[in-house]
Amino acid sequence: MGRITLDKVRKAFGEVEVIPPLDLTIEDGEFVVFVGPSGCGKSTLLRLIAGLEDVSGGQIRIDGQDATGVPPARRGLAMVFQSYALYPHMSVRKNIAFPLRMAGLDAAEQTRRVEGAAEVLNLTDYLDRRPGQLSGGQRQRVAIGRAIVREPSAFLFDEPLSNLDAALRVGMRLEISELHERLKTTMIYVTHDQVEAMTMADKIVVLRAGNIEQVGSPLDLYHTPRNVFVAGFIGSPKMNLLTGPEADKRGAVTVGIRPEHIAVSADAGTWTGRVGVSEHLGSDTFFHVHLEGRSEPLTVRAGGEVSLHHGDTIHLTPDEDRMHRFDAEGLRIA
Amino acid sequence: MARAMPTQRRVAYTALAWIIALLIFFPILWTILTSFKTEAVAIADPPVFLNFEWTLENYRIVQERSDYMRYLWNSIAIALGSTALGLIIAVPAAWSMAFVPGKRTKDILLWMLSTKMLPAVGVLYPIRLILIELGLLDTKFALIFILTLINLPIIVWMLYTYFREIPGEILEAARMDGAGLRAEILYVLTPMAIPGIASTVLLNIILAWNEAFWTLTLTTVNAAPLTAFIASYSSPEGLFYAKLSAASTMAIAPILIMGWFSQKQLVRGLTFGAVK
Repeated sequence: MGRITLDKVRKAFGEVEVIPPLDLTIEDGEFVVFVGPSGCGKSTLLRLIAGLEDVSGGQIRIDGQDATGVPPARRGLAMVFQSYALYPHMSVRKNIAFPLRMAGLDAAEQTRRVEGAAEVLNLTDYLDRRPGQLSGGQRQRVAIGRAIVREPSAFLFDEPLSNLDAALRVGMRLEISELHERLKTTMIYVTHDQVEAMTMADKIVVLRAGNIEQVGSPLDLYHTPRNVFVAGFIGSPKMNLLTGPEADKRGAVTVGIRPEHIAVSADAGTWTGRVGVSEHLGSDTFFHVHLEGRSEPLTVRAGGEVSLHHGDTIHLTPDEDRMHRFDAEGLRIA
Repeated sequence: MARAMPTQRRVAYTALAWIIALLIFFPILWTILTSFKTEAVAIADPPVFLNFEWTLENYRIVQERSDYMRYLWNSIAIALGSTALGLIIAVPAAWSMAFVPGKRTKDILLWMLSTKMLPAVGVLYPIRLILIELGLLDTKFALIFILTLINLPIIVWMLYTYFREIPGEILEAARMDGAGLRAEILYVLTPMAIPGIASTVLLNIILAWNEAFWTLTLTTVNAAPLTAFIASYSSPEGLFYAKLSAASTMAIAPILIMGWFSQKQLVRGLTFGAVK
């Protein structure tokens, strides 16, 4: 079981309040991703749940039990760190067995569980090596192995993939998702990478300056962002945000349209502009289009190969049904 | 690393290095040589370097006149005792300063160091009087206690520097893995800090072994270590050079041998963090 409830949890470092009172419930078995720009408080929030930081107010409950003052060692949670944080003086076997040793399990049971975890993570051949003799991906697997052996009520991941190279990152992302499918244990995952958030999460929590901007499934956030911040943060490339006459026309202060919801034509359309930089990815082509009277270019997506070049005139037609409208406070207009 | 240097210059530098090293080592060498001479040869003019009749007579006399083993035992007990006591106090202190620093941690560290600037003789009489009052003058216990306090700032500073090199996330990982404070320090921090702790221990043993001011002023007979043993042979009158040399050689031999075998560890320890 691993239901985690935050009740008016607050954190201040001295005078600076990094997390104003915040409520959040994480259901048992859920894969929740905390995402936000750096400094938004997502790691602090995770550390509060872990018990590595003390809350300044409010209550944290794990499976209904008040865990606010419980030291990290006795919260029954496991954590995977960005730096892996393996014990350099211990072999892989001893690293993975460490939590079991701390829990006082007998040697036979330790061996059984360590070997089980090593098999799942393809580490069997490396059990007697030291962390220093492993690659980044293998180290991360050891860190995950150390987390899974003790069958915690929830896993906490603090940007676990940001030290890996891009190719490995995609692979490990899948492995962690598969692990979640198999174990069905609650996972809380912190990242600044919205692609990781979109691909892995059951539920995304978007944070900014310690505030929860929106909580929802990846597609909820994509289709109905609650405000301008979430609209701009979720989705890649970013949503185009327009103010001025285009917004006025649609009865809003800001309107947003995603690059993939704009039709491209060489002949006719609602808006006319000039092609700036174009990015050809093969499957897609992204054009950065300069509209009259707008300093920032608009990003649009055209499927496949489109033969428009730098300086060409381009006509754009936004899909009006998929236009997002926001008021003066930046909140979504239904 | 391999910087091109003309052979000539390299030879010159090597020779220079040897000359300086021998100059520095010469007094010790001379002491050792003198300890094997007769008193007459020891003061011969011009001095005799190697061409003399070697004798163990001085060592025999010194051993006869004073009980070397007792002084040696006192030195060992004081050096090891103050080092052990220092570590017991310094490990938790350095742990807290390195991993849970407060606003004043830096000030405390500097303040601790500043106590080393105090001229020791300034507090000689207060300390002597306190020890007399407590009946602790000329006891090993008093010396262990005082030398611990004297060297504590250095031990704490050294350990603090080593601990700072250990990533805090590893200790946090231990906490998440169910380790309490004791297990965290015992199974994770200490093994990782072993090289640092080892050089701290070595340095502290050497400092305590060589300490002469307090060991001479606070002991008479019972707790007197090797420093007192040497001092007892320096007399303004009579022929004592050879015997003094023998006593000195016996006093410095243990620490010299220990230093020789642990020099790699010591150098690594003292430059730890500086080169990485």
